[in-house]
Amino acid sequence: MAERCAVIGVGQTAYRTRRPDVSVPGLLREAAARALEDAGLTWTDIDAVVIGKAPDLFEGMTHPEAYLADALGAAGKPIMRVHTAGSVGGSTALVAASLVRGGVHDRVLTIAYEKQSESNATWALTVNTPFTTSLVVGAGGYFAPHIRAYMRRSGAPDHVGTLVAVKDRENALKNPYAHLKIPGISREMVEATPMLWEPIRYLETCPSSDGACAMVLASESAARRAPRPAAWVHGTAMRSEPIFFAGRDTVSPQGGKDCAADVYRQAGITDPRAELDCAEVYVPFSWYEPMWLENLGFCGEGEGWKLTESGATALTGDIPWNPSGGVLSSNPIGASGMIRFAEAALQVRGMAGEHQVDGARRALGHAYGGGAQFFAMWIVGSDRP
Amino acid sequence: MASEPNHVLEFPGGYTRSVGPVIGRFLSELRDGRIVGVRTAGGRVLVPPAEYDPDTGEDTTREFVEVGPAGTVTTWAWVPEPRPGHPLDRPFAWALIRPDGADTALLHALDVGDHAEPPRLLKTGLRVRPKWRAERTGGIGDIECFRPEVTMITAPTRLEYRLRGGRALDRFLEGIEQGKIIGHRCDVCGQVIVPMKGLCPKDGVPTTQEVELPDTGTVTTFAVNNLPDPRAPEVPFVSAYILLDGAGLTMLTLVAGLPADQVRMGMRVRAAWRPRAEWTRAMSNIKWFEPLDEPDVPFDDIKDYL
Ligand SMILES: [Zn+2]
Repeated sequence: MAERCAVIGVGQTAYRTRRPDVSVPGLLREAAARALEDAGLTWTDIDAVVIGKAPDLFEGMTHPEAYLADALGAAGKPIMRVHTAGSVGGSTALVAASLVRGGVHDRVLTIAYEKQSESNATWALTVNTPFTTSLVVGAGGYFAPHIRAYMRRSGAPDHVGTLVAVKDRENALKNPYAHLKIPGISREMVEATPMLWEPIRYLETCPSSDGACAMVLASESAARRAPRPAAWVHGTAMRSEPIFFAGRDTVSPQGGKDCAADVYRQAGITDPRAELDCAEVYVPFSWYEPMWLENLGFCGEGEGWKLTESGATALTGDIPWNPSGGVLSSNPIGASGMIRFAEAALQVRGMAGEHQVDGARRALGHAYGGGAQFFAMWIVGSDRP
Repeated sequence: MASEPNHVLEFPGGYTRSVGPVIGRFLSELRDGRIVGVRTAGGRVLVPPAEYDPDTGEDTTREFVEVGPAGTVTTWAWVPEPRPGHPLDRPFAWALIRPDGADTALLHALDVGDHAEPPRLLKTGLRVRPKWRAERTGGIGDIECFRPEVTMITAPTRLEYRLRGGRALDRFLEGIEQGKIIGHRCDVCGQVIVPMKGLCPKDGVPTTQEVELPDTGTVTTFAVNNLPDPRAPEVPFVSAYILLDGAGLTMLTLVAGLPADQVRMGMRVRAAWRPRAEWTRAMSNIKWFEPLDEPDVPFDDIKDYL
């Protein structure tokens, strides 16, 4: 039986196109200091640090756990780095949670970051070797065919991606940390933007952001002394699968289904749409909302787009998805997963401000990465499990 | 362009100028590598210092204040073609620079690097620092020029590898070099894996049973890319998952030979090989896949390969 674990501090930088005013350590310290302040702690109160970031080629930076140990107050303490491509922010939080749930530490600082302005994801994702046997076309070129396959398989009408693009940007207007703020965002605006990787339009993709996100995770005894409400961890799960194998369902990967089933079982959830109050789900291209609605069991297969179209996932719907504005509004890649986990925690702590879902008591945080092959999820709640 | 002079009037050795106690202090401090201003009765700090407050006409206090050396550009003018008497021999800006701690600005040359046009970083508010001459004599030229503060460094990154394909991939590329597409059939699931890796990722078992596949197949799904890519510099280009006939999984390749908006799921295609003389041990022997004159495959037949 695992020890109880709670989020007692959340800290985010504002997400922006460029943060030339700060170094990488400076960026991280901004988020970490806010998380410590939220938790009512200082650097010396922290037992261990778990850090995550995007793959090393993105910004040519290796061994962040060594480079950033001093900056994160980790001298003389355990610090480790987690690496699972785009899902890294989520899995980093889960590794930190495991240190608390395993009874190893009482207070763990977990942090993830990216300075996309000084990084080159497109280059990093299109590096060929002499033995490359497949076309390598970056994230948009990789995911666009799978979105097309979803549209064909589900019979979803073309405009569903547009609805998500608008809905998430409307939510972003209520989030002071969000990067993309497009007042008056509308379907017409989204539809007027060019197709980058058809069927993905410009405004149906995520921006490139600089930013960091941090959390303080605490044991039950440490959480009891926290000055603000805690978000209790009700379940954690990770899954992965190979990118290419015969019989792989790339539209709705088995790894995602298994991960969701595991985290629901731990949290005692049988009907996520009914029993969760909101979800922060990794949606970097708008069509991934209906795709993940199905993969995560919020509806039956082929029904995800109907849920989106009905408005159920809007801030005013019965199961708001990405009230923060999501990855579509802020995307410091290495941190994007952790932002989902942190925003889920803010919701059940009642601390999400203008984008708070009224009375949210249980929320899902979700991240995926690679070729939709790494999954990390947690469920947090306002009640102690 | 100015014409060559035909007469020169030059005072031998140059005139002397007494600088007085205030400018004298300023120049002496410059020679020592410092910038000082003087405080007015009203408390303002004038740089360069003066014996009098230009606002009131009163004497200044004679209280000298070290300022800078960093400062802020308050305005600037671009000099695209420096003249012989100018302090720099490449395009530069004359700038008014207010040293930190001063209330006024001094005029000096600002070197922003080798640019024909004013670079974007050059703007009011730019933070700058003096570049001091090694040998100083007590003149405003002891500061060679001002330069922007350091805000960015570059970190050259280069790794060198000796890569090997491994047994399965070497064999696959050996086939490609001979114009053949080879896969492995998994003993457990019976599916043909191409390009083979010597294992079935699904069943976790080694594979050795070779199968030669035709170079024809079916587009399962695709993207129309409107952003150029190093391997497909012209847009739009189509990247597609192709299920080779007999294969158990798709490969991501280019599709060409028809307008991008006519590519379809279920479309039949064949590999377009480069001329045999150009073949190497690389996948690039296949330029792309081109449409075959065959009816499309029904969606039901490809839906399990998405
Ligand atoms: Zn197999």
